Amino acid sequence: MKEEFTLTVFSENVVGLLNQVTTVFTRRHINIESITASASAIKGIHKFTIVIFTTQEQVEKLVGQIEKRIDVLKAYYFRNNEIVYQEIALYKVPTKSLLEGNEVEQLVRKHGARILELTEEYTVIQKTGYKEETQYLYEKLQPYGLTQFTRSGRVAVNRLKKEPLTTWLKTLEEDRLKVEA
Amino acid sequence: MEAQTYEPIKKEQCKAVNITGAEAMMECLVQEGVELMFGYPGGAIMPVYDALYSYSDRLKHVLVRHEQGAIHAAQGFARVSGKVGVCLVTSGPAATNVVTGIADAMIDSTPVVIISGQVGSNLLGTDAFQETDVIGITQPVTKWNYQITRAEDIPWAMAKAFYVARSGRPGPVLIDITKDAQFNKFDFRYQKMQSIRSYQPVPQPDLTKINEASHLINLAKKPLALVGQGVVLANAEKELMEFLEKTGIPAAWTILGLSAMPTDHPLNVGMLGMHGNYGPNIKTNQADLIIGIGMRFDDRVTANTQRYATNARVIHMEIDPAEINKIIHADVPVLGTVKETLPLLTQKVNKNEHTQWLEEFNACYRVEHERLIGKELHPEKPELTMGEVVRRVSEAFDDDAIMVTDVGQHQMVATRYFKFRQSRSVVTSGGLGTMGFGLPAAIGAKLGAPERHVCLFVGDGGFQMTIQELGTIFQEKVPVKIILLNNNFLGMVRQWQELFFDFRYAQTELINPDFQTIAKGYYIPAIKVTERENLDDAIKTMAESEGPFLLEVVVEKEGNVFPMVPSGMSVDDIRLE
Repeated sequence: MKEEFTLTVFSENVVGLLNQVTTVFTRRHINIESITASASAIKGIHKFTIVIFTTQEQVEKLVGQIEKRIDVLKAYYFRNNEIVYQEIALYKVPTKSLLEGNEVEQLVRKHGARILELTEEYTVIQKTGYKEETQYLYEKLQPYGLTQFTRSGRVAVNRLKKEPLTTWLKTLEEDRLKVEA
Repeated sequence: MEAQTYEPIKKEQCKAVNITGAEAMMECLVQEGVELMFGYPGGAIMPVYDALYSYSDRLKHVLVRHEQGAIHAAQGFARVSGKVGVCLVTSGPAATNVVTGIADAMIDSTPVVIISGQVGSNLLGTDAFQETDVIGITQPVTKWNYQITRAEDIPWAMAKAFYVARSGRPGPVLIDITKDAQFNKFDFRYQKMQSIRSYQPVPQPDLTKINEASHLINLAKKPLALVGQGVVLANAEKELMEFLEKTGIPAAWTILGLSAMPTDHPLNVGMLGMHGNYGPNIKTNQADLIIGIGMRFDDRVTANTQRYATNARVIHMEIDPAEINKIIHADVPVLGTVKETLPLLTQKVNKNEHTQWLEEFNACYRVEHERLIGKELHPEKPELTMGEVVRRVSEAFDDDAIMVTDVGQHQMVATRYFKFRQSRSVVTSGGLGTMGFGLPAAIGAKLGAPERHVCLFVGDGGFQMTIQELGTIFQEKVPVKIILLNNNFLGMVRQWQELFFDFRYAQTELINPDFQTIAKGYYIPAIKVTERENLDDAIKTMAESEGPFLLEVVVEKEGNVFPMVPSGMSVDDIRLE
């Protein structure tokens, strides 16, 4: 049975690493639903958060193939109930629609969104939440002349009680500092 | 993004010398123990070739006729010697010409380092002359690759390249180096790499798994060991024999596991898979325990996985964690190098014999011999068979030559009928099935094991895919014995057309040139045999010749390779005719 999985990949920060990770999916004809890549808390180590829709059997193999790449430190997969995750969305509406009534302002308050920037022409609204929530606000804002909408990939932290990777990464970081000193 | 500097070489460890990037490349090769490489010069790699000119006393370079020849020769060299094969080419078309060989080395776990030139770093991404994104192209088919754009990155990148290529499950590594990085001078110092924090080449053996495995082995009534190339790559042939001889377990081999055990060993029950022996295929589904030893359950071995090892528990001894449960579920995965895990297991298991079970394999062999092998080796029909040629050649070299093959019918026949006494005697394209692999791989094999005889079996199709390497053989005077099994067909495809496509021979018949004249053009002695009565003399002439030799044998035009497990069927659906 196919379900949604979130993969967390820790890698060295090297040119082409994203390609190394994504070809593992391409080769098996698996679509990436969303991907977020950025520096992790440890210097020189990147973290990827990838959302895919597949089977348990397949995701185990994918994680094995990703971890096999030389520059990848560790790869994990999680079900949605094993992680806390969010996405961020930005909405651009004409400021006129804000001034013409209080509906847009009410939507912003009701959805726990906030206004990032307000000019004479446009207003940028930000909302963080699950995809369904940011999508819902998108639909609500559409009648008010929404001109742009963008949503990020997922960021996630796991619900594990132990943090073996963080400890391990810290040791690596200390070793690196020792070598450089 | 910044260049990597996370594995710095400590300044006090060795004295620096101020040299160019190209000279540094030569120094790295020398320090890694490289003595021989295969390549082809061109614009973007010229500074490296210029440096090579001064290193010709320490680094021998074989000039091939096409870059594909360079990579396959490097593979052949690596497979017989156990050392890293090295291949040196320029940018653009040269780099793309080696891609087939890189993919071949990747799927067959062969340690090779490919150095490709690249346009200057200021031209990267501008569609410059002979620029291609070789890093992007080779990423899915290399174990690791890296583009060097600064001379300062040469030492760690080269050290990492060799470390990655030869450690753990070996594989190809490509280093792309821009022309400016070859020209620039810097303070060079070198240190071999011992570890990489993001890479664990050999998993630690888990003793609980060893215990579980030994328990299953001690209980098994009908165990079958499947021997793969992992045994050869780990130099664990002795450890394998100790394990097998103590437990008395019959052992079959994959095509790349061939020669890990001597052909005539009583526990050697033959080849697995599509054109393997009758016994190992049939008995796979009667065995109560399957022990995969350094092999990966390739689909040519397992056939239909739904009906594979139907009565057996599976122990999978493997160095690469990604192989566990990839195709066949392992009841007991034993991670680690078989060099370590086999002795641990041998200690734990009971001494045993499986006389009755082994006799069942022998009975299968007798059936196969009566219905098939006998006819192949001693045919009554006038046409020569591939099998009889292979066996005569094997005997002419005392069953102790290195056998190189191309891909197709002759490859299956050669693996079935050539005989072996020692390991690292087989060079064949197993996973990728690369036609054109044979001739250049044979050059590499001979140069990797100059003291041994090298026999290449090649078909008339594959021979013409890399036939230009006859020029390399002539120039370098490489004494390989080429046995061309000529049936004027792309035989394996024709066989499938006959069996599964109603004899519709679409584009499989070849109108061939006169190979004797071609050999003559390259000054390579050649004989053509069309009659059985001339075969033995011709083989004798070839075996006694000093240099390279082409023995062309015209074989049965529409011969088929049997046994055969038709695709989609189960191993026990194997057909003898």
